[in-house]
Amino acid sequence: MTTLTKTEGVPAQSDGGDPFLSVRDLRVHFSTEDGLVKAVDGLSFDLEKGRTLGIVGESGSGKSVTNLSILGLHNPEFANITGQITLDGQELIGAREKTLERLRGNKMAMIFQDPLTALSPFYTVGRQIAEPYMKHTGASKKEARARAIEMLDKVGIPQPKTRVDDYPHQFSGGMRQRAMIAMALVCNPELIIADEPTTALDVTVQAQILDLLKDLQQEFGSAIIFITHDLGVIADMADDIMVMYGGRAVERGTRNEVLHAPRHPYSWGLLSSMPRLTSDVNEKLSPIPGTPPSLLNPPTGCPFHPRCGFTDEVPDGRCASERPELEPGRAAACHLTADQKQTFFIEQIKPRLV
Amino acid sequence: MLQFLLRRTIGALVILLLISAVTFVIFFQLPGDPAYLSCGKNCGPAQIDLIHRNLGLDESIPVQYWEFMKGIFVGRTFEIGQCDAPCLGVSFHSREMVWDTIVDRFPTTLSLTVGGFVVFLVVGLGTGMIAAWKKGTLIDKGFSSLSLVLSSFQIYFLGPIVMGLVVWNHGWLDAPKYFPITDGVGKWFLGLLIPWLVMSTIFTAQYTRLMRSTMIEQLQEEHVRTARAKGMSRVYVFFRYATRGAMIPIVTILGMDLSGLLGGAIVTELTFSLAGIGRLAVESVTNIDLPLTMGVMLVGATFILLLNVVVDAAYAYIDPRVRLG
Repeated sequence: MTTLTKTEGVPAQSDGGDPFLSVRDLRVHFSTEDGLVKAVDGLSFDLEKGRTLGIVGESGSGKSVTNLSILGLHNPEFANITGQITLDGQELIGAREKTLERLRGNKMAMIFQDPLTALSPFYTVGRQIAEPYMKHTGASKKEARARAIEMLDKVGIPQPKTRVDDYPHQFSGGMRQRAMIAMALVCNPELIIADEPTTALDVTVQAQILDLLKDLQQEFGSAIIFITHDLGVIADMADDIMVMYGGRAVERGTRNEVLHAPRHPYSWGLLSSMPRLTSDVNEKLSPIPGTPPSLLNPPTGCPFHPRCGFTDEVPDGRCASERPELEPGRAAACHLTADQKQTFFIEQIKPRLV
Repeated sequence: MLQFLLRRTIGALVILLLISAVTFVIFFQLPGDPAYLSCGKNCGPAQIDLIHRNLGLDESIPVQYWEFMKGIFVGRTFEIGQCDAPCLGVSFHSREMVWDTIVDRFPTTLSLTVGGFVVFLVVGLGTGMIAAWKKGTLIDKGFSSLSLVLSSFQIYFLGPIVMGLVVWNHGWLDAPKYFPITDGVGKWFLGLLIPWLVMSTIFTAQYTRLMRSTMIEQLQEEHVRTARAKGMSRVYVFFRYATRGAMIPIVTILGMDLSGLLGGAIVTELTFSLAGIGRLAVESVTNIDLPLTMGVMLVGATFILLLNVVVDAAYAYIDPRVRLG
């Protein structure tokens, strides 16, 4: 853990041992014709087994890029990945392709956003679920098929024995996402990365899928990284929350800390832009002004400062010149003092949220 | 499936009927008279009439058409003998049964077409896949530039060059000639090797480029990434997932290119002096030989229609979202 001293901080460790998943100073840069895109630029976080980390942020904040790097799915031709990703003591960045193949779908698995495009239209659902099981456990075709039926049953597909031979296009959207989950979980992975797994689904199905994931997590004790831009979903799922902006973490804490006492102006903006059932219908939502930062030419200083309404509160224009660091543990990367953060939230933001 | 075949068969029959009628009508719009061709300038009107009567050309066009079509199903009788169904009539020029002539020439064209098809499919798709796998490397660039150059090499241009180099200058191979496959596979193969390579060059080049771009496209598909996320190896995903998806546009284009390939066979036969259906077609038009023209047209059209059904069935086999019916 010597790296801790020179990189950004991490949540406090409860038991002192090495965390199950540890990401340290991850940088994912893509060379494009227009220049270097810093999709992820110095990201660190930890995750313990049995816990769920929610990653929130708008499009282009680096959520998906981070998780594809954990699986090692970036094309090394275009992506320059540095830093450390350790899963259960094993270093993943720079690991051999064969090593990663043994881990993918086995120890770590991913649930993708859109099950219609993420499932192959050419093979039956059963075959697609059985494939990783055969590869990772050496099971026979027959055993793998039985396992696929078992998994379909577990994720709540009716008549799994006949449905196993259906093609994805014969499934409804919710069923496809269940099949996707069955596919990801077929080898009982210890790390599950769910990349906006409910975004393409309607609300009732969404609730079912979230319950399903929670049940399966309880059963297997897996660690889950849950990516979303839906704060309602994150409130339901996550133990810890990391807010990402412009390829970096800007705030981290437990679910209650981040949702009920957020400290970063960007998190305030996210919460203010969320509709609430209890609020007056005539009251306008307050979106965050401006657009997400360019990753080619990120703003100087704090990447959020061009959209931030509190830059005047920080002396000497430090917001535009100096990038705030994210301290270890519960923290927000912002130049405002702790007192200011608390006062502004309670006086200006909180009244709008109720 | 049965319903699909039935529907396609009925459709094919309608198309054949239309083709036969159109060919028949167009034939009579052509300048020239087969009777003049067979007896020259010295013929008097009486002789011409006699020849017309012998060829059946004295009847009206609809009656002639009816007689011809009836012959296909029930056969006809000519002065040279009985013509059993399917009877395509007797050639004006050679006075031989059209059906027998076509049966005699067909194996040449079939060997040419199938061989050329296999060559461009194997070489074209193969190099396309290699180029996609090695995307951005020297191999990829080499294949891509080569295919760009070769895609403009027409048969009648490339054929004589290859003949000149390989056959006349160096004598590496004998001049192309068709041997029945029953005479020995090696003989058959070597005899047609040059025509196959020449006629498939343009197709090979086009399919290399098509396959390369569709494979690269497919490799970026989300379901391919999912397969990688499951731990499947790069090779496995390349062949099982990406190739499967790439076959859909390939088969679609293939269906359209089949008739082009048959057209290529005609040019190839003329270029290499091979006696196949293609040359027969050209001869029949030059000789104003109605029954032979009709026969060649109908056999060629049937062949293409048949292959189109095969392509459609292949399409449904590759993509389970396509249901025949």
